[in-house]
Amino acid sequence: MVKVLVDGTPVDVPAGSSALQACEAAGKEIPRFCYHERLSVAGNCRMCLVQVVRAPKLVASCGFPVAEGMQILTDTDVVRRARRAVMEFLLINHPLDCPICDQGGECDLQDQAYGYGSGVSRYQEAKRAVTDKELGPLVKTVMTRCIQCSRCVRFSTEVAGTPELGIVSRGENAEVTTYVEKALTSELSGNLIDICPVGALTAKPTAFRARSWEYKKTDSIDVMDAVGTNIQIQARGAEVMRIVPRINDEVNEEWLSDKGRFSVDGLKKRRLDHPWVRVHGKLHKASWQDTLVSMARRFEGISGDRIGAIAGDLCDVESLCALKDLMTALGSSHTDCRQDGAWYDMRSRSGYLFNSGITGIDEADALLLIGSIPRHEAPVLNARIRKQYLHKGRGGFPVASIGALPVDLTYNVDVLGEGPEVLTRLLDGSEAFAEVLKTAKRPMIILGHGALTRPDAQAVYEATLQLAYQTGVITQDWNGLNILHTAASRVGALDIGFVPGSRGFAVTNMLRGGVEILWLLGADDFPLDKISKDTFVIYQGHHGDAAAARADIILPGAAYTEKSGTYVNTAGEVQRALRAVFPPGQAREDWQIIRAFSEVAGHPLPYDSVEALRARMAKVNPVFSNAGTEIAPAPQSVTDSSVSKGTAEFNNARIRPVIDDYYQTNSISRASLTMAECSRVYGPMRAVAAE
Amino acid sequence: MSTLSRNIRSFLLTEIVAGMASTFKMMFQPKVTLNYPYEKGPLSVRFRGEHALRRYANGEERCIACKLCEATCPAEAITIEAEERDDGSRRTTRYDIDMTKCIYCGLCEEACPVDAIVEGPNYEFATETREELFYDKDKLLSNGDRWEALLARRLELDAPYR
Repeated sequence: MVKVLVDGTPVDVPAGSSALQACEAAGKEIPRFCYHERLSVAGNCRMCLVQVVRAPKLVASCGFPVAEGMQILTDTDVVRRARRAVMEFLLINHPLDCPICDQGGECDLQDQAYGYGSGVSRYQEAKRAVTDKELGPLVKTVMTRCIQCSRCVRFSTEVAGTPELGIVSRGENAEVTTYVEKALTSELSGNLIDICPVGALTAKPTAFRARSWEYKKTDSIDVMDAVGTNIQIQARGAEVMRIVPRINDEVNEEWLSDKGRFSVDGLKKRRLDHPWVRVHGKLHKASWQDTLVSMARRFEGISGDRIGAIAGDLCDVESLCALKDLMTALGSSHTDCRQDGAWYDMRSRSGYLFNSGITGIDEADALLLIGSIPRHEAPVLNARIRKQYLHKGRGGFPVASIGALPVDLTYNVDVLGEGPEVLTRLLDGSEAFAEVLKTAKRPMIILGHGALTRPDAQAVYEATLQLAYQTGVITQDWNGLNILHTAASRVGALDIGFVPGSRGFAVTNMLRGGVEILWLLGADDFPLDKISKDTFVIYQGHHGDAAAARADIILPGAAYTEKSGTYVNTAGEVQRALRAVFPPGQAREDWQIIRAFSEVAGHPLPYDSVEALRARMAKVNPVFSNAGTEIAPAPQSVTDSSVSKGTAEFNNARIRPVIDDYYQTNSISRASLTMAECSRVYGPMRAVAAE
Repeated sequence: MSTLSRNIRSFLLTEIVAGMASTFKMMFQPKVTLNYPYEKGPLSVRFRGEHALRRYANGEERCIACKLCEATCPAEAITIEAEERDDGSRRTTRYDIDMTKCIYCGLCEEACPVDAIVEGPNYEFATETREELFYDKDKLLSNGDRWEALLARRLELDAPYR
């Protein structure tokens, strides 16, 4: 620690901190444009000038390291004059178009011009104009507004790992550009909009639609992937306008994937807002009362073991718990949340979690990906891996993959092979990467659904577990064997026990005619054509996607923005989302629909309020007892002896990626026009790369 | 004494005489009464009457959907919806003023960076039904077209003091 004096206040800051950090520690506000906590220091905006006693001139505090006993002055006349001058220079070429700028109201330049600017302009000459750049369907550019802070350049180079932006020319001619006009290829490109301090980069899909002060802001959790990104839903009236990330260093730092940010327009399209009942082969609108009664009539006389339920990828734990309880009350144990047919080690919670935690990536020093493409499955998590890769430097963070990679993961990856037989080579030591894992202090394995959805998933998992013990991936104080989920509801569903009970059917058996009545809770992503012809299908969900067309009864549910729900991310962290808007039309919150049906069917569930339901959830699994606070992943209880050795055989088919098109993975993103446009722009390119 | 003088004055009807004298004097002075629908009083150029949305000389509407008037309106009488027009410019798709909510404070006019929304000199817009006072964008633009000459003149006269 170093002691420095900021305006006479002594503060202790870690050695190597910058003067700006010292000033912040002292509670002083330092204006800045180019400095960003999560990016490298550029020091080119000069807004953060402060006075350091005995320095010959003012210093840019963002790049000036502190020294013992340094005296920093942030509020002297000299500093104030300097800020005013810098602001005047910045405003020389900045257009006065705040009224038509989408950043207006949340603009750093606007705010700081009020706070530190001089109020009048002395500039009489012509302002410069810069041609706008085409950056694809998500980011709109008005480059005349750019103040060349280079945050976007540093973000795309460092965090996103797609160095597509750069500054060309110098002086007055300097401009940010993509060199060759092309769309940004990053799945994190939406974050450019957040980090741009001015209105040069704004959101294209919502251009001109609303102002920052009109939004009602609600904290929620993203369900587009299993990372559980903390988001803020910003709604105007009854319409969700945009979604921005919240800062949570344990999960998403301050980034959000493009799918989570821009699929909001999917929430307004193809919505189920009325119950439908199929009569003589055609779906007809019906009232809730009639729907539930005709449903209950269908259930009459059917024994419990002829009823099954499949949960989709976007469900909250509340509705899963209610449906599970209903199925139990009806006498059915056929419940399954694994519509992709994945296999998990259910012996303990650590069998299906990202055990090291997402922050564990910050400690890892070697990584083996098995059947996982984190860039598509969890872009924010991929950015974290890249951060560690950059932090550890060349050779400090070797990454290898089993399974081909159709995209550049934004860090160097050594592809060891395309099939699970590589695991055998790693186990007997003939593959050099085994040695890398062994010598690493914090080795990590990420096991993805490319491997877990294979028919030989159990064999792959067991070989991986064996490898983990052999190479020190699992030790007394470190569990680096991580499962990367792709579905937001999956871990919560596994925690609440939404899996086949004893003698219960898994998805394939339910489809094969094992059940007469099949209840789909937002489940669209499994082979629907395999549902046997005479199965009575109930679809409860929010979008008229594939499964709704097959359904005999449609119960309109709420999307994730329209209900208060609990979600568990891939690392097992229980997080709660709040309701931002109400469901459209007749649609209701999912657990309430299930509760209402249980009453009509004569098996009333023992809870009437969401609090009582949450108490029930906590009883089923104690991890839900203190949602909202961080829960450390359960300690791994799988011991060396419980590892069965080579009971099942690998089949040597190559591992396939689970996500073909990043922008079209669930019913919301498939309904979104923005995502369809992204898929059109980016999709074919990636398909070509995959071949 | 005072009782005596009061009695004398009431006996001589001096108040009535003084009153009638004033009436007689006024008969020879110019009349202030206006024959209202046919005659109107003078208006300040800052008079805040019925709203209008103005256009540029080339016919392009001035409003750029910045929503500052909506934000500043203390009665929340203004509702705006906007999106990108086909040519990429920022325009409103909806500009409603609820004239029954409006308190005619003139803050919208003051907030407008492009002099699009103005409060004109017209105060004769009483209607038979309440619904007619929910102005939409077409109504406001047609107001602007009708009053443009006067509106421009008023702004010009007031400009030195703004």
